[in-house]
Amino acid sequence: MLQVRHLSKVFFEQNDPRKPGLVALYDISLSVRKNEFVSLLGPSGCGKTTLIRIVAGLLPADRGEVLVNGKPVTSPGRERCMVFQQFGLLPWRTVLGNVEFGLEIEGVAREERREVSRKYLDLVGLKGFEDYYPHQISGGMQQRVGIARALSKKPDILLMDEPFGAVDAQTREQLQEELLKIWAKTDTTVIFVTHSIDESIYLSDRVVVMHSRPGCIKEEVVVDLPRPRWEGDIKADPRFAQLRARIRESLRA
Amino acid sequence: MAASLNNDDIIEELKLRREPAWSLSDHPNLIRAASVTVFLALWEIYGRRTDPLLLTYPTAVLRAALQLIWSGELLRQLLVSLASLAAGFGASLVLGVGLGLMMGRSRLAEAALEPHVNGLYATPQVALTPLLMMWFGLGFSVKVVIIFLFAFFPILINTASGVKNVSASMVEVGRAYMASERQVLLKVVFPAALPFIMAGVRLAVGRGLVGMIVAELFTAITGLGAMLTLYGNLFETAKMFVVIIVLGLLGVGLIQATQWLERRMARWKETERATQ
Amino acid sequence: MALNALEQEALTALDLSRPRPLRLTDHLGLLRASSVVLFLILWEVFGRRVNPLFLSYPTAIANACAQLLASGEFQRQALGSLQVYAVGLGAALVLGIFLGLLMGRYRLAEYLLDPYVYALDATPRVALIPLLLLWFGLGAQAKIAVVFLSGIFPVLMNTFSGVRTVSSGLVDIGKAYGAGERQVFTKIILPAALPFIMAGVRLAVGRALIGIITAEMFTAVTGMGALLIRYSSAFATDKFFVPVIFLALLGVLLSVAVEALQKRLAPWKETERAL
Repeated sequence: MLQVRHLSKVFFEQNDPRKPGLVALYDISLSVRKNEFVSLLGPSGCGKTTLIRIVAGLLPADRGEVLVNGKPVTSPGRERCMVFQQFGLLPWRTVLGNVEFGLEIEGVAREERREVSRKYLDLVGLKGFEDYYPHQISGGMQQRVGIARALSKKPDILLMDEPFGAVDAQTREQLQEELLKIWAKTDTTVIFVTHSIDESIYLSDRVVVMHSRPGCIKEEVVVDLPRPRWEGDIKADPRFAQLRARIRESLRA
Repeated sequence: MAASLNNDDIIEELKLRREPAWSLSDHPNLIRAASVTVFLALWEIYGRRTDPLLLTYPTAVLRAALQLIWSGELLRQLLVSLASLAAGFGASLVLGVGLGLMMGRSRLAEAALEPHVNGLYATPQVALTPLLMMWFGLGFSVKVVIIFLFAFFPILINTASGVKNVSASMVEVGRAYMASERQVLLKVVFPAALPFIMAGVRLAVGRGLVGMIVAELFTAITGLGAMLTLYGNLFETAKMFVVIIVLGLLGVGLIQATQWLERRMARWKETERATQ
Repeated sequence: MALNALEQEALTALDLSRPRPLRLTDHLGLLRASSVVLFLILWEVFGRRVNPLFLSYPTAIANACAQLLASGEFQRQALGSLQVYAVGLGAALVLGIFLGLLMGRYRLAEYLLDPYVYALDATPRVALIPLLLLWFGLGAQAKIAVVFLSGIFPVLMNTFSGVRTVSSGLVDIGKAYGAGERQVFTKIILPAALPFIMAGVRLAVGRALIGIITAEMFTAVTGMGALLIRYSSAFATDKFFVPVIFLALLGVLLSVAVEALQKRLAPWKETERAL
C-alpha cells in the first residue's frame, strides 16, 4: 500500500541556503500494509513530522521516494488526507464549511458535499454543531472537525500529525477511543505521529520508533494486543506494560 | 447558609439596595445637550454682532442650508463629488487589493515593487496634486486620479501585510487538500487577510474623501470642494458652513458604513484570539 | 545549528553535491536595487523624449536641485514652512495631550467637550482651509491654524483612549501606596498612557505635514506648498520635483524620529496600534 524507500531530507540554514543545518531524515525505509495502523514515535526533532509531510506530498525529499499503490508521490493526492496538529481549521468558516472544504476544492456540487459533510460530522459526534465557528467550540471538538474533514474525502491513507497533542489529557483519551471506533468502521490505513508511548501502543498495530540527528528508524515494534481495545482497561494489561517498557528502553538507548 | 439564598436575597439582607444619589455624570447626554445649546446660543448672539463677511451664526447657516437644498445645487454638487469618489476609490480598491495580494504572495513581486511603493507612500500625496493637474487637466479625470492616489496606499500596504501574515500552516492546509494556487488565494489567503484589508479600506475611505476635497478645492470647478472655494471667494460664510457640515456628515457616514462592513465580515474573528 | 558527527557522516553519504540551485529569491536586495535603477533609467530615457513642460527626468531634477540650493531661495522657503509647522504642531501637541488627559480623567470634561471633538474630528480638516484663510488672512496665522487643526485630533483621541485603558488595577495600586490625585496622574496614568500618546503624536506629525502643504498650496504666497504651485504653473517640472523630494524626505525623517522617541519614552511596550 505505502512504501517509503531510502528517504532522506536535509534542512538548510535560513540565512544561508547552502549551509546544511539539520539532517532531518536519513535513509528511512518503511512499508505499511492496507488497513494497518502505524505510529511514528520519537522525541521532538526526530523527523517524524517531516516524514509524514513528505508522505503527504507537502515537502519534497532530497533522496529516496515514497510510493503509494506503486505510484511515486510528488504532490498532495486525493488518496492521502492529513489531520493537523493545530487542527488547521479555517477560522472564517463554520464547522460545516470546514468539513466541506476538501470536497469543495475537488469541485463536488454544493448539495452533495453538504450531505456528505453532515454524515461525517455525525460520525465524529458533532451533529448539531454545523453552524458554529471554530473559536466557539473546544479544542477536542475542533480536532473532530479536522478528522471529519479528512474522512469526508474517503482517503486510503489517513495521515495524522500529532492530532491530539493540543488537547487536554482527558479529551485526548476520549478522542483516542473514538478514533479507534471510527477506524474500525472505515477501512483506512492510518499513519499516526505522536510522542506519547501509551498513545502509540493503545492505537497501533505497529510502532515505529525513531531517533534524532540524523532522523532514523531505530526499531519497529509490533503491538500484538487484541482488538477492540476500548473494552476493559487494556492499559492495565501486563502485555501493555511490557511493550511500554520495551519502547521506553528503545527510545532511551 | 440556606441553599435557596440567591443574590437578591443577599442584597436585601445586607440592606445594600438603596437609591443611588443623583449624579450629573450619570447623565452624559444632558451635559452634552447643555454644552451644545450654550455654544449655539453664544455663537448666535456673538455672530449676529460680528461682520457677516467673516463670521456667520447658526440660524443664518440653517437658512443657507435650506436655500442650497431648495435650489438643488447642494444635491447636484454632492452627486458630482460622489461620482468621482466612487470611481477613484473603486480603482484603488481593485488595484490595491490585486497588487497587495501579489506583493504579499510573491517575494519577487514584493522586492521589485516595494522601493517604489515606499517612496510614493512617503511623499505627502497632496504635494503631487499640482503636477497631476498639469497632466490631467481640471476635469473629472484629475479628481479620480487624485482620489485614487490618496486611497491606494493604505489598501495596498494593508493587503500586502495581511497576506504576509497568513500563517504558512493555513496555506499548507489548502495545499494538503489539493487546492490550486488560485484556490489557495481565493479560499485561504484572501479570507484570512480580509480583516487587514478592511482596516486598510477604512483608512482609505477617509483619505479618499480628503483627496476629493483637495482636488475640488484646487480645480474649483465642480463638486463640494469647489463650492467651498467659490463661496470663500464670495465671503458667503454661511454657505461655506453648510458645505463643511455636509462633508463632515459624509465623512461620518462613510466611516460608519465601512466599520459596519468590517464587523460583518470579521464575525469569525471576534474572539479568535481567545482560543489561541 | 551545527551538525553532529553522525549527521556529517549521513550528509557525506547522501552526497548532495548540488546543494541547491541558486534562486532569484536569494538575492532580493539585488532585485530591489535593480528595480530602482531600471526605473530611473527608463524615466531618464523616456523623460528626455517628452515635452519638458510635462515630464522632467532625473538628471534635470538633480540640476534644478543644485541650482535652487545655490540660490538660497529653497532654504529660505523651507525654513519658513518649518517654522510654521513647528509652532502649529507644538500647539497641537500641548493642547491635544492636555485636553485628552482632562477628558480621559474627568467624565464631566468628556461630556462637555466630546460633541465638538467628534464633530471636528469627523470633518475632513482640508475642508476648513478656505474658512481659516478667510478668517486669518494669507499669512502665517492661517497656516498655523491649519497645522494645529490637522495635528490636534489624533493626539487628543489617542491620549483620551490611552487614559481610559489604564486599568483601574494600576490606579488602585497607586492609591494603595497613598498617592494623591496629582501623583496618580503623573506616576500612574501618564506613563501608562504614554504609548498611546506617542502613537497619536506619530499620526499628528504626518497629518500636520499634509496640513501645511495644503495650506501653503492654497495661499500660494510662501513656503514649500507655494513653491509647488509656482513651479507647476510655470511648467518648471524639473524644479517642481525638488520640493516634492524634500517633503518626502522630511516625512520619512519625521516618522523615523518619532519612532525613535517612541522607543525611548515607552520602551516597555510595543508600539500601540494607531487609531
